[in-house]
Amino acid sequence: MISTSGSGAKWKESYTFYLLISPWLIGLVVFTLGPILGSLGLSFYDWDLISPAKFVGLRNFREMLSVDPLFWQSLKVTLVYVVFRVPLALVTALLLALMMNQKVPGIGVFRTIYYLPSVVSGVAVSMLWIWVFNPNFGLANGLLGLIGIQGPGWFSSTGWALPTMILTSLYAVGSTAIIFLAGLKNISESLYEAAELDGASKLQRFFTITVPQLTPTILFNLIMLMISSFQTFTESLIITNGGPANATLFFNLYLYQNAFAYSRFGYASALAWVLFTLTLIFALYTFRSSRKWVYYEGGDAS
Amino acid sequence: MSIMASTGGETAAASAARRRSGRIKASRIVVFLLLCLFSAFLIFPLLWMLSTSLKAPHEVMSLDLRLLPEKFQWNNYVELFRQYPVFRYMGNTAYITVMNIAGKLISCTLVAYGFAKYRARGKNVLFVILLSTMMVPWAVTMVPLFILFKEIGWYNTFLPLWVPSFFGDAFSIFLLRQFVMGIPKELEEAARIDGAGLPRVLWNVVVPNLKPALVVVAIFSFFYTWNDFLGPLIFLTDPDKATLQLGIQFLRTQFNVQWHYMMAFSVVSLVPCLVVFFFGQRQIVEGITLTGIK
Repeated sequence: MISTSGSGAKWKESYTFYLLISPWLIGLVVFTLGPILGSLGLSFYDWDLISPAKFVGLRNFREMLSVDPLFWQSLKVTLVYVVFRVPLALVTALLLALMMNQKVPGIGVFRTIYYLPSVVSGVAVSMLWIWVFNPNFGLANGLLGLIGIQGPGWFSSTGWALPTMILTSLYAVGSTAIIFLAGLKNISESLYEAAELDGASKLQRFFTITVPQLTPTILFNLIMLMISSFQTFTESLIITNGGPANATLFFNLYLYQNAFAYSRFGYASALAWVLFTLTLIFALYTFRSSRKWVYYEGGDAS
Repeated sequence: MSIMASTGGETAAASAARRRSGRIKASRIVVFLLLCLFSAFLIFPLLWMLSTSLKAPHEVMSLDLRLLPEKFQWNNYVELFRQYPVFRYMGNTAYITVMNIAGKLISCTLVAYGFAKYRARGKNVLFVILLSTMMVPWAVTMVPLFILFKEIGWYNTFLPLWVPSFFGDAFSIFLLRQFVMGIPKELEEAARIDGAGLPRVLWNVVVPNLKPALVVVAIFSFFYTWNDFLGPLIFLTDPDKATLQLGIQFLRTQFNVQWHYMMAFSVVSLVPCLVVFFFGQRQIVEGITLTGIK
């Protein structure tokens, strides 16, 4: 009798749990899992949404790998962006956080200013960059002109467009810095005091205490930056629309063009799966390698 | 002030610091100046945007880099609102944003409460799935969702832009769950003993205790929806239904970009974000700190 009423309560708890999470479960099926499977299926089809969909097997993937130079170009642009932007953003953010962690006056004001660019991420900021880096009347070349340097064409130059894109992406580095700052504040003061008594220099303390203690935060920021860099889209569409000469043709922009400019929904889905696979490989590889370099409290004991 | 106070302390570390206070003070001044310099880098582009928006056309297209306009052209803003349906764009954006915030607050509270306070078979697996959906690139679901919404006749309506928010959002659920776990069990039990059912427990106990976290979810959802470009770009074609982000893009695609209007439009679209940011910055910082440090 007791056991049945016990399992009855258990059943009721399960029932309430599933009732509570039902909005998310429905959304998961309709807006996430369903579309993921749909996208996988579509990648084997040729479909412009008007004429009937045609099954083409692996042809979309074959086309990408063998005859589509823009696929390789967009992959290259995206990988270059990831490889330069992620370490640059990590180091800049860490330096900012280390400086903010010194006992300097006005820390609240700095935190506000550094986070500010992260909340104004829309089209307006892209417009601002077009304007600031305008080769003729822009602020950037104007300032360079003051010290006698003839500035480059920035977004309108094939060589400079992608580096300028990486540079402007650092504008929002403050949000990463604030997460680092929170990580720094979590490091126990006693560790530093002990090291100081042992006569460790500032640099030694940084590499033997700060860096190891901060590795979980580094991992978190690394993964977040990587995912967001792979997904760059708005800036490339607004600022350069992939140009000049496809120098900033980001993967997602090329995918978007295939779907909504050329109505190649099957090919776009195949591209999406390549991106998905790449993101997963990068993320999984980072997680795996993190076992070697991320320090967890009490990790040595286990 | 605070430098003086910290070197005046009597702990061992502070007295060690005092011995080298000269050097420390100097290094702190350098750090302070570097922080100021970097702040200037971040603020200046925004000031430049504001400055351009208040300049006359001949000043904008000149090599004379002055932050202050010769004469403040407030009329640029009047003209902007007269020539372009900015209020309409703003109304459309505000509508979508409010619906998104409402949808996320309602659905995510329910789901987060379930994950935080109930035990059930399959819960841990579902929670892992919840977290991993954050890693799915939007490009993967974009095409099928576009087809789905087109098939059910939602293309060129606001519905695809807010209805999904009523079905939860992984990031917000995760954030709220962390807070719900901190609500003492006794509070809910006391309410239940008083005969409150689940809806009353949620409304009278959970929601009041969750207010700070709900504010964070509302703020993040505001920024995300207000600044969203891809969603409106894909689902809206009717210029009357455009959001602010699309409106700015329309201005850009015109034959001759008039930068004083463009920057004025940009300023208008950023002001609500800045207002929300300045009122909610404490909560925002707490929010990202909480999700970043698990």
